[in-house]
Amino acid sequence: MTTKNVSVNTANLSTKQLMNEKKSAASIKNVFEKMVPAVLFLFAAVSVLTTIAILYTLITEAIHFFQRVSFTEFFTSTNLKPLSQNPSFGLLPLLSGTLLSTIIAMVVAGPIGLMAAIYLSEYASDRVRKLLKPMLELLAGIPTIVYGFFAFTFVTPLLRSIWPEIELTNILSPGLVMGIMIIPMVASLSEDAMNSVPNTMREGAYGLGATKLETAIKVVIPAAISGIVASFVLAISRAIGETMIVTIASGSTKNFSFDVTESMQTMTAYIVEVSSGDAAAGTTVYYSIYAVALTLFTMTFLMNLLAKKIARRFREEY
Amino acid sequence: MAVQTQLYAVPAIEKKESKNKNEVEKESIFETKSLNLWYGETQALKNIDLKIPEKSITAIIGPSGCGKSTFIKTLNRMVELIPSVQTKGDIHYKGSNILSKDYSAEALRTDVGMVFQKPNPFPKSIYDNVAYGPRIHGIKKKSILDDIVEKSLKDAFIWDEVKDRLKENAFGLSGGQQQRLCIARCLAIEPEVILMDEPTSALDPISTTKVEELIQSLKKQYSIVIVTHNMQQAARISDQTAFFLNGEVVEFGKTDELFTEPKDSRTMDYINGRFG
Ligand SMILES: Nc1ncnc2c1ncn2[C@@H]1O[C@H](COP(=O)(O)OP(=O)(O)OP(=O)(O)O)[C@@H](O)[C@H]1O
Ligand SMILES: [Mg+2]
Repeated sequence: MTTKNVSVNTANLSTKQLMNEKKSAASIKNVFEKMVPAVLFLFAAVSVLTTIAILYTLITEAIHFFQRVSFTEFFTSTNLKPLSQNPSFGLLPLLSGTLLSTIIAMVVAGPIGLMAAIYLSEYASDRVRKLLKPMLELLAGIPTIVYGFFAFTFVTPLLRSIWPEIELTNILSPGLVMGIMIIPMVASLSEDAMNSVPNTMREGAYGLGATKLETAIKVVIPAAISGIVASFVLAISRAIGETMIVTIASGSTKNFSFDVTESMQTMTAYIVEVSSGDAAAGTTVYYSIYAVALTLFTMTFLMNLLAKKIARRFREEY
Repeated sequence: MAVQTQLYAVPAIEKKESKNKNEVEKESIFETKSLNLWYGETQALKNIDLKIPEKSITAIIGPSGCGKSTFIKTLNRMVELIPSVQTKGDIHYKGSNILSKDYSAEALRTDVGMVFQKPNPFPKSIYDNVAYGPRIHGIKKKSILDDIVEKSLKDAFIWDEVKDRLKENAFGLSGGQQQRLCIARCLAIEPEVILMDEPTSALDPISTTKVEELIQSLKKQYSIVIVTHNMQQAARISDQTAFFLNGEVVEFGKTDELFTEPKDSRTMDYINGRFG
């Protein structure tokens, strides 16, 4: 016993000695260690500061706009004629374009994404899931300009061959394509939510004679509902902010309408049009893009906040 | 090597020590014949031949990993949910082989309910938990559901504790209450058999006593198969006991006989706590 202890002690001592020798070399490392939190904080601060800076710019420039155009006109007028002799700056035409394209996209992405999620989480074997999920997520990696051209050169002609009244640029086609684009987002996030429903809950339902579908619809989806809703909200905010597809495929008609066959401009596409045109700095047109951008920012910000809130409730559930 | 399994019927005829002389021999509700089961390559059940009598409590005991859970999960075909599982042999339930392809698993599980080791209520209200089974089987009428919920909760000895909070989430109940709620949920579809996999192992002693009393009150109407690690529990509540070891049934007989004079030395060792 005693011999054993001694041998352990000597071993410890020698380790200690070795460590002490290294200590001097480590002093530089120590200084570095102390700097790490500060450096990391700087990196974290960069992104926060950027956001603040963007918001600051948006607000100060938007203030210029609202000094010239009244709040009421901006939020209630259905006329948007920024370059006319007698210009008017109503947001509603852009809002109708954004809302319509978002609704169309969600009508596509909601059900398809949810069904894909049900399939992946409840029906697919492990092998199929491991194969399909990355493929689905590949859809999300395609650049939006590609989707834009897909909408303009493929989907629109296809729609026109079935439904000739559709205009060459219209809101339906980019809406549909946007829907396809956000399917993976809905499917993948909803699948995560459904996957985190404990298996014991499914067993409880199967044990009562429920079929797979009954279990999925009446137990798994309700249990995962907050995660699913959060995925929808995130998808909506993605659709609201989507720019390229609508810029290419829905034209630039500032049209307050809910007719999906017509050309319509969205808020994002308006910003692209004005900022790529030659609106001189300081003009009302120039400032109007900041007002639109601020509205857009507020909308997506609220959406993301909502998604976070819902997702938090979901985590607390079990 | 063939396993000698003591069928319930055989020793029961020899020994005439039943408390009630008029007790008729009970029909068996389940009868397994050369039941074998594999998880992939590993065999978890080996040649199980058991006759489980109806309207009584059958306990399954044995050391960890001997196949108790696997066995009761074959009785309602829950094992099928694990993709690697393969079964061979027959399980007769009321005369038909439930392992045959055209026997509907859903119909079987409607008849053979299950209570799990960990209480697993749905994240719904107490009322909706109990009404879930009747609802998926097509009962929609509120008044009928109300009656079913009340009766099931009463039968599960939990009505008085929850009658004023039926609309509250079931997760707000204590573990013992949740388990009795799960039993109520199971009773709501009026099964013939209730399978229970260590239903009290997650509960405190007082809740355990309540659930044990409940189980005993249920055997008048239901056939109950219960897996337990607790030998006192098996001795207290069951009518017959099967001792499993390494996927085989070592001994099966009346509980009082199996615990007082086991026929197999391995059973003796196990109940005396020498292994497992
Ligand atoms: N899903 C599975 N996949 C592979 N092997 C499994 C699976 N479930 C159980 N087994 C194996 O089958 C054997 C029996 O397991 P089972 O769960 O039936 O034991 P048990 O008697 O219920 O044990 P315990 O008392 O610990 O619950 C064990 O060897 C186990 O490792
Ligand atoms: Mg077990």
